[in-house]
Amino acid sequence: MNSKPYAKKVQVQAQINGEPVEFLCEPRQTLLEVLRESLGLTGAKEGCSNGNCGACSVLLDGVLVNACLVLAVEIQDKRVLTIEGLAPREGLHPLQEEFLRQGAVQCGFCTPGMILSAKALLDHNPHPGESEIRRWLAGNLCRCTGYEKIVRAVQAAAERLSQQEAAVEVKP
Amino acid sequence: MSADPQDSVQEAAPAYRVIGTRPIRQDGLDKVTGRAVFGADVRLPETLYGAVLRSPHAHARLLSIDTRQAEALPGVKAVVTAADLPAITLEGDWGDNLRYQSQNTLAADKVLYYGHAVAAVAAVSPHIASEALRSIQVVYDPLPAALDVRQAMREDAPILLDTLRTDSLGQRGNQPTNVASHARFERGDLEQGFAQAALVVEREFETATVHPGYIEPQNASAIYQSNGQVTIWCSTQAAFGIRDDVANVLQIPVGQICVIPTEIGGGFGGKNSAYLEPLAALLSKKSGGRPVKMAMNYSEVLAATGPTSASYIHVKVGVDRDGLITAAQATLVYAAGAYPGSPLWGGMPAIFGAYRVDNLRVDGYDVVVNRPRSGSLRAPGAANAVFASETVMDEICEKLGMDVLEFRRLNGVRQGDRRSDGVPLPRIGFHEALQAARQHPHYTAPLGGPHRGRGVACAYWGNHGGKSSATASVHADGSVSLLEGSVDVSGTRTSLAMQLAETLGIPLEAIHPRVADTNAVAYTEGSYGSRTTFATGWVVYELGQKLIALLSERAAILWETSPDQVQFAEGVFSHKGGEKRLAFKELAARLDETGSPLMASVSLAAGGAGPAFAVHLVDVEVDPETGKVQILRYTAVQDAGQAIHPGLVEGQIQGGVAQGIGWALHEGYVYDEAGRLLNANLLDYRLPTCLDVPAIEPVIVEMPNPRHPYGVRGVGEIPIIPPPAAIANAIARAVGVRLTQLPMSPGRVLAARLARDA
Amino acid sequence: MPVIWIPALLRDLTGGAEQVRTPGGTLRQALDALEARHPGLHARLITGDQLRPDVAVVVDGLVSPLRVRQPLNEDSEVHFISASSGG
Ligand code: FES
Ligand code: FES
Repeated sequence: MNSKPYAKKVQVQAQINGEPVEFLCEPRQTLLEVLRESLGLTGAKEGCSNGNCGACSVLLDGVLVNACLVLAVEIQDKRVLTIEGLAPREGLHPLQEEFLRQGAVQCGFCTPGMILSAKALLDHNPHPGESEIRRWLAGNLCRCTGYEKIVRAVQAAAERLSQQEAAVEVKP
Repeated sequence: MSADPQDSVQEAAPAYRVIGTRPIRQDGLDKVTGRAVFGADVRLPETLYGAVLRSPHAHARLLSIDTRQAEALPGVKAVVTAADLPAITLEGDWGDNLRYQSQNTLAADKVLYYGHAVAAVAAVSPHIASEALRSIQVVYDPLPAALDVRQAMREDAPILLDTLRTDSLGQRGNQPTNVASHARFERGDLEQGFAQAALVVEREFETATVHPGYIEPQNASAIYQSNGQVTIWCSTQAAFGIRDDVANVLQIPVGQICVIPTEIGGGFGGKNSAYLEPLAALLSKKSGGRPVKMAMNYSEVLAATGPTSASYIHVKVGVDRDGLITAAQATLVYAAGAYPGSPLWGGMPAIFGAYRVDNLRVDGYDVVVNRPRSGSLRAPGAANAVFASETVMDEICEKLGMDVLEFRRLNGVRQGDRRSDGVPLPRIGFHEALQAARQHPHYTAPLGGPHRGRGVACAYWGNHGGKSSATASVHADGSVSLLEGSVDVSGTRTSLAMQLAETLGIPLEAIHPRVADTNAVAYTEGSYGSRTTFATGWVVYELGQKLIALLSERAAILWETSPDQVQFAEGVFSHKGGEKRLAFKELAARLDETGSPLMASVSLAAGGAGPAFAVHLVDVEVDPETGKVQILRYTAVQDAGQAIHPGLVEGQIQGGVAQGIGWALHEGYVYDEAGRLLNANLLDYRLPTCLDVPAIEPVIVEMPNPRHPYGVRGVGEIPIIPPPAAIANAIARAVGVRLTQLPMSPGRVLAARLARDA
Repeated sequence: MPVIWIPALLRDLTGGAEQVRTPGGTLRQALDALEARHPGLHARLITGDQLRPDVAVVVDGLVSPLRVRQPLNEDSEVHFISASSGG
């Protein structure tokens, strides 16, 4: 055992939720720990700490990752999106609105991770079928809802997003 | 006050304004934006991080604990062991209970399960805390373990608790034992009943230990100030329960403790009692009052917090030629875990709870084993019991060639029938639910393929009432703040605010509900037992009535008349026989003219919880090669009483069914022979994902509870009960084998099929 | 007179009787009267001067928060059941 339990800290620069961020961390610290404990972004949740529950899901350069499996030093020069950065300045993202409307939130602990997984899916395929939605959300555990209302919320958000897109397209 | 419900009955279905609608939950916005503060999100200046050292043995004597090296580690601020806990000197059963709670917090001279806490540390970072744990030296003297109830009941079994003697309702055994208690329901003449039977089916069952499996691990932050005041933030279903547990373990008065419940990431019964809270408080005290934050990792959650009991169950049921039950007998042996207290109180009434049985005997045995102390899980003790009884009932129907719903129509309990424990049933909606199931297209839909089967199972659950409290304040803009003692696990702030809005005749948006800490309202039982919308809802109704009476007095002051000249209807106060009218909001704006601001409080104990009934239908397909069971369709019919917010009721039903599916098919603790838990993580202890759970269709039947002002019954627990039995029955119909063990994993299904073919 | 339903495990003390009618304006008085006729019942149900904490009392279909102090009517029906909570 190391008699001095402190590791030398490393400086990391990245972009989090659109803002440039600079922090010091130990090499052993996960992205999840730094987000939650150092940066105060507690929207990403810690469930299993080993990649099995998806409560810590965030987007890293647009790719869905479990923040508990990423070391904080790995995000150097990268972009991170957490639930805190999802909503536009005014109002909510359609996924957030539909989670509310469809009653897809019960305790709400899985919700941030679910919403970010769903966002990753819709960025990849704006028109997913039910089975594709279920495949993309299979890494996010929810013990409360039985998933049904979550799947409906993602479907409804997909529909609204594509309507918005269509509206943008017809604009001259 | 103790409420008398009998005269609060509303006979004709009343037209509600708010009740029965589906507003967006008031806490929803914070939850979709990540702003909601859950237990582990609490941030206090100067926080230390706590961690717990746990036993690698299932059963061992603790010879010594050397913490010196850990204490010397830079950054470590406190280390505690059982030596830091006060001795509990109270005698008798209650004293034993408190000692068990204390020993479960930190093991004293024996560890009783893999994962049992033996020491805890607080350090300036979580990494230093875990390094400190590694430098604590513990010397164990391992003992043989008793892991299974039947093994633990044998004469030569290793004894867990030296002082334990079997309690049979006040009569004590005189030998050391692992059987903590024996309970019995009995009526009629069992022998005669079986003698009258044309068909008797008798089976034995075994069910695994399963965990509530909330995604958010247990957590606690605590500050123990030098003046003795303790403040605790934690995710709990029962803020007052935690306060009492901490007071008991640390032997300090409840008035010194304030528990502030945060948002909670699921509970299902698992967050009713304290694990980390007393440790965080003790570590804070020892580190000079710095805040100490603790959170379990998921391995600790599985290994050391209350799972529900593994069980062995024997069921014997006799019916006459027409399918009428002539006798029913069951023996339930439940694994309590390391200390007494398995949920026999839930399993025994549930096992034949849906049936009228004149000749009946149900025996229950609470047995300690070297597993974590069992806790509550959604309708505690019922799903495994009903798995046993409902598969026997299904086998009877199959042998008689009788329609399964017709069998329930013939034998199902009705108002006035007696429960297994003798208490007569009030108005219930079981037969209405059976009718709804029979009429549902699912019941007659073609199965559409080979290796498919349809299963049905029913359930009774008593629900719980109990003590609740709330306070409401009226503001000048007509809004009302509602401070209530029930933790909101699943949207109850909204279902309570809806009942207050209905009573006061004002819009839901005018009510601002908030969960109170233990210093802000009077005692309120935890959010368990499907009780919050029922019991705290009743409080809120009475609170509304009280506000109306007080506001009538204020209107009388304004109108210079007597309060009995003021009447109230649909949100408007008016002068009897006069022209004067003031809407709630208008009157609120003029409170200043009437002398003083206005608030009211109500506490009550609700005795008349309405029993719930459920009828579930499920279609499965069994892979003949692998034994894997796929669920194709699921319909869950339930008498919810009056549904305050049908969307929330549906959520409870869907979530409960999903949990029951996990219990049925793949959840279960796996121990090695030495009693080490082999699957203490979420990869190997597999919770259902959205690929395992089909679209679950909830069907709500509304038979109002005559003993609640708005007819509420309680809905949260019963949906978990029928799934294991319904799925087992569907498997039997699909491939012709009756499974008697949970979980019904592919290996077991395949083995049963192969054994039958051989 | 109120009728007390005797829990199965206590019926050895009532000669097998499932129900016993007994006078009493409160549950405590009824239990005292019962004890005079069927000695030993009291000790099985009461610790100190309270009902055992793991036993709840149901009077006329409602769980009584007053427990041994619950007033009884002439036609009250009393059951002792397991104290419950839930999940
Ligand atoms: S906490 Fe990262 S996947 Fe569970
Ligand atoms: S809402 Fe509770 S875990 Fe998903």
